[in-house]
Order: sequence, then structure tokens, then C-alpha cells
Amino acid sequence: MRYSGFRVLKEALTGHKGWKPAWRAPAPKPHYDIVIVGGGGHGLATAYYLARQFRQHKVAVLEKGWIGGGNVGRNTTIIRSNYLLEGNEPFYEFSLKLWEGLEQDFNYNAMVSQRGILNLIHTDAQRDAFVRRGNAMILNGADAELLSPAQIRREYPFLNFNDARFPIKGGLAQRRGGTVRHDAVAWGYARGADQRGVDIIQNCEVTGFRIETGTCVGVETSRGFIGAGKVGVAVAGSSSRVMAHAGMRLPIESHVLQAFVSEGLKPVLPGVITFGAGHFYCSQSDKGGLVFGGDIDGYNSYAQRGNLPVIEDVAEGGMALFPGLGRVRLLRLWGGIMDMSMDGSPIIDRTHVCGLYFNGGWCYGGFKATPASGWCFAHLLATDTPHPTATAYRFDRFERGRMIDEKGMGAQPNLH
Amino acid sequence: MIIDHPLLGPCDAQEFVYKGDARLIDRPDGMAEEAHVAFFDYAYLRDNPAGVHRELWFHEQGDRSWLVVTRNTVTHAIVQVELARDVARAGGRGT
Ligand SMILES: Cc1cc2nc3c(=O)[nH]c(=O)nc-3n(C[C@H](O)[C@H](O)[C@H](O)COP(=O)(O)OP(=O)(O)OC[C@H]3O[C@@H](n4cnc5c(N)ncnc54)[C@H](O)[C@@H]3O)c2cc1C
Repeated sequence: MRYSGFRVLKEALTGHKGWKPAWRAPAPKPHYDIVIVGGGGHGLATAYYLARQFRQHKVAVLEKGWIGGGNVGRNTTIIRSNYLLEGNEPFYEFSLKLWEGLEQDFNYNAMVSQRGILNLIHTDAQRDAFVRRGNAMILNGADAELLSPAQIRREYPFLNFNDARFPIKGGLAQRRGGTVRHDAVAWGYARGADQRGVDIIQNCEVTGFRIETGTCVGVETSRGFIGAGKVGVAVAGSSSRVMAHAGMRLPIESHVLQAFVSEGLKPVLPGVITFGAGHFYCSQSDKGGLVFGGDIDGYNSYAQRGNLPVIEDVAEGGMALFPGLGRVRLLRLWGGIMDMSMDGSPIIDRTHVCGLYFNGGWCYGGFKATPASGWCFAHLLATDTPHPTATAYRFDRFERGRMIDEKGMGAQPNLH
Repeated sequence: MIIDHPLLGPCDAQEFVYKGDARLIDRPDGMAEEAHVAFFDYAYLRDNPAGVHRELWFHEQGDRSWLVVTRNTVTHAIVQVELARDVARAGGRGT
């Protein structure tokens, strides 16, 4: 069934009796050409592009819970391509371009909203760094614009421009950045993949890999053995746990990141603002809630909930930048488990086991990467060669000293 | 989280800086054959378990001692706190 304005009108006039479930609930088959482990954004996007772009139709996505219950449904929905380094920027710009055509492509309203993202500048050193980053973005075909305090004041008059410690001295804007409705991304990819023959199997936990003479021939699951020509793992925060079944230790630690939503307000924030110096970022959802967050808690965690010190830190950062926030009531807060890599950048690569592929290490920034990550992982799975924008995301970069460390923090995941 | 410091008693985890897996105490021998392989493993690879994890916390805003905290990464419950010095010595360091 195609979704369209006409369809909505027709259903409205006929009592909404014609809508069908957006994807099937098939029983697992004994064998697939490609099995994707993890029904988050990345796993579902991979399956979608495998079917749509690479004509692979005997594909299954295995999800231990329900699709969209992981980080794809827990993030703060920001998309952007404002990276500095060679290994990253072309990939994230590819992703942003895919976002721009995504809704037409998969015929689903994902509420892609290019409302712009603004990184605030408070010091000369920060301005130098942001100018350099903006130039790197422009060199890679992305958009970037340096704004003066006066320009920012026009769009965000309520910010605290004269904070004693972090006065606003300007900002780096990416107008094509913005937000997307996160659950709709999971659902849209799931529906699009399902329509092209992919089996999406929920409540199916992968508990092991069957590896025979160095080749992965399938996965052990809570619903029995499922054979596979190739297995692609995209389980985000669970990466280390799942890959341990293949005897691998990863350059990854799992950390918790919290997010917050306020009560609904009238439109106040036109775009996304980030206050890196104060560990705070914020946007406003279409329902009116302020969606905000800050730093990761900073210790290994699989708890999907954080602790109070970070909540306090985020609230302080918010108050410093945006004093009006003090009047707003907090509605909800939650946490998600992120696969923090040793250099802050992801991995999309083969493993030492033939037929076993890995996608992970997305840290707190993998939502924006969803389309490109799916596309590039599908490319790798289907053709056994990396996509041109993802050639740097190799496992062996740590061994070979070719880290992609945007912040220059070294092998300390909680600092990325 | 409250860390029960062996010398100072219960302290707020906010006073500490988190370093990661306590295996970092066991620094490989840089002069050994194949030291680069051992250092790659040491610097970059982690067990990252869901469950009991031994990890290093530095009491930066306190007595500046390094602690080995045994903590459950699923519940955040802390089950044991030791001075990293004692753990290192028990492992044969500094002798
Ligand atoms: C609070 C928060 C805010 C964030 N904000 C942003 C943001 O603004 N912008 C941005 O770009 N990124 C953001 N991120 C990061 C982003 O959400 C993640 O990097 C990204 O969603 C991870 O990929 P995924 O969608 O595939 O993960 P997930 O949705 O977590 O998918 C992984 C799936 O694997 C499943 N799984 C795990 N183990 C198994 C198993 N053994 N068998 C079968 N299935 C298994 C899980 O159940 C899960 O559904 C944020 C993250 C959090 C937590």
C-alpha cells in the first residue's frame, strides 16, 4: 500500500478500515542469504538498501525486542554533517543527502525537518576551530556559515549573550541540519524493507554464531538456528556482548547517555542549538516539547538509565544559556546505551570470521548516520568492498595508527 | 553512585574521574618481543562486560588516590572498592 494525501482522504471518508499493518510478522525461515542482527535504525536501513539498491531479497532482520526500542527510538533526533576529518565528513554529508530524499524514497513521513543547527562560539580558540571545521565542511560539499552575535540574536533573542564565563561570540551554522522523527525512521525503513521481501523478525535474540572452519554459517537464536550466507551485526550498545560470541574483543566501551523532554510549549526554538562549552544542546519537537541533553554519564553502563549528577549538569548548562528554561517543567528523561569507540568514530568492516560483518562504534552520533550507515553496510555485505565514503571505518585503523579522532582525545571513550 | 573509599569512607562518584577497565594496571613490557601487539591490545581492546566490571576511578577532587571499583554495569551497584596501589602490589608491581 502506498501512502499519499489521497489515501488519507479516502480512508477518512471510509472509516479508516483499509489501513494494513506496515510490515508482516513472519516466522523465521531456515536459511537466508543475509541475516542482519539488530533491528535498530542501522540494521533496518541496511536491510532496506540491500533490497532496494543491491537486489538482495532473501534477507532477514533479527531483533531481540521490538524494532525501534533501542537507541533509534531514544535519541534526540539531530541530523547534521558538520565534521572535520577526511574519514568522516564525506560519509556524513552522504548521509545528509540521503535524509534529504528519504521520505519520497521510502514513502513514509519521517518528518525530516531541515531547521538548521547552530554550534555556539565563546572564545577565540573555539572560533578558530569552528572556522576550520566550516571550511572542511564546505570543501566536502556541505554547507556551513559563520554567524555573528547580532545574527544569532535575531533568531534566538532569548539566549544569555553576556554570560560571564561563556559569552556568545558567534556560531557555526549548518542550515541543512535539523531533526527527524526517530521512530518513523525505524518504521519507514522496516516497511520499505518488508515490502521488498525482507523478513523482520522481532523477539528473536541472537545468542551465538555458528562458525565452521572459520566461516560463519548462521546464528543461534532464541527461536532456533537460522542459517545465513552472510551475517551483518548492527546492535549499537550491545556490540561487545554480541561480538564476544565470535570470540572478538572490540575497541568499544558501552556508556549511557541521557535525554530530556519538557512539557509542550508554543514555538520558541527555531532550530537546534548546541552549547558544547556548557554541556547542553536543545531543540523543540513539533509537539512543542524542548528536547535536550548533554554529556554522557562517563562510566561503563548497560543500564539504560543514568544518574543525577549529569541531570544537574545538563540543567545548569541549560540555565546558563537559556535562563527562561527555569520556568519549564521537565516531563520525561531516559537513557540509552551507546557503543563508544576508542577514537569516537564508527566501524563498518569485515571481521576475521569469513561471512561475519560488523557495524558499530557510533557513539552518541549514530542517528544522523542511519541512512549512510545502512547504505554503506549494505554495499559491503552485497559487494564485499567498502563504499567509497566508508573506507576509513576499518577495524585495523587502531593497530595501524590511523585513528579518526575528531576531538583529539586519544583512546578514552568517555572523552569523545 | 556512592563510592566507599577505603581510606575516606563514602564519597560521591562526582568527586572522581573515570578511567576505565582496571586491566590498565597491567601495563605490558615495552621491551618485550611483539610489544606493539601487546600495547595495541592494552590501549584499544576492552571486554566491556554487561555485569561485574573492575574499573579505575581517580579521586581527583579528594585525596587523589586511584581506586579499583568493582561495579555491576547493569545495575550500577558497587560491590567492592580497593586502593589501586594494593591491587597493583598484589599483582607483583613495585617489588
Ligand atoms: C539519549 C541519546 C541521544 C542521542 N542523540 C543523537 C542525536 O541527536 N543525533 C545522532 O545522530 N545520534 C544520537 N544518538 C545516537 C544514536 O541514537 C545511535 O548511535 C544509533 O541509534 C545507533 O544505531 P541503531 O539505531 O541501529 O541502534 P539501536 O536502535 O540501539 O539498535 C540496535 C538493536 O539491536 C538489538 N539487539 C541487541 N542485541 C541483540 C541480539 N543479541 N540479538 C538481536 N538483536 C539485538 C537491540 O534490541 C536494538 O534494537 C543518541 C543516543 C542516545 C542514547
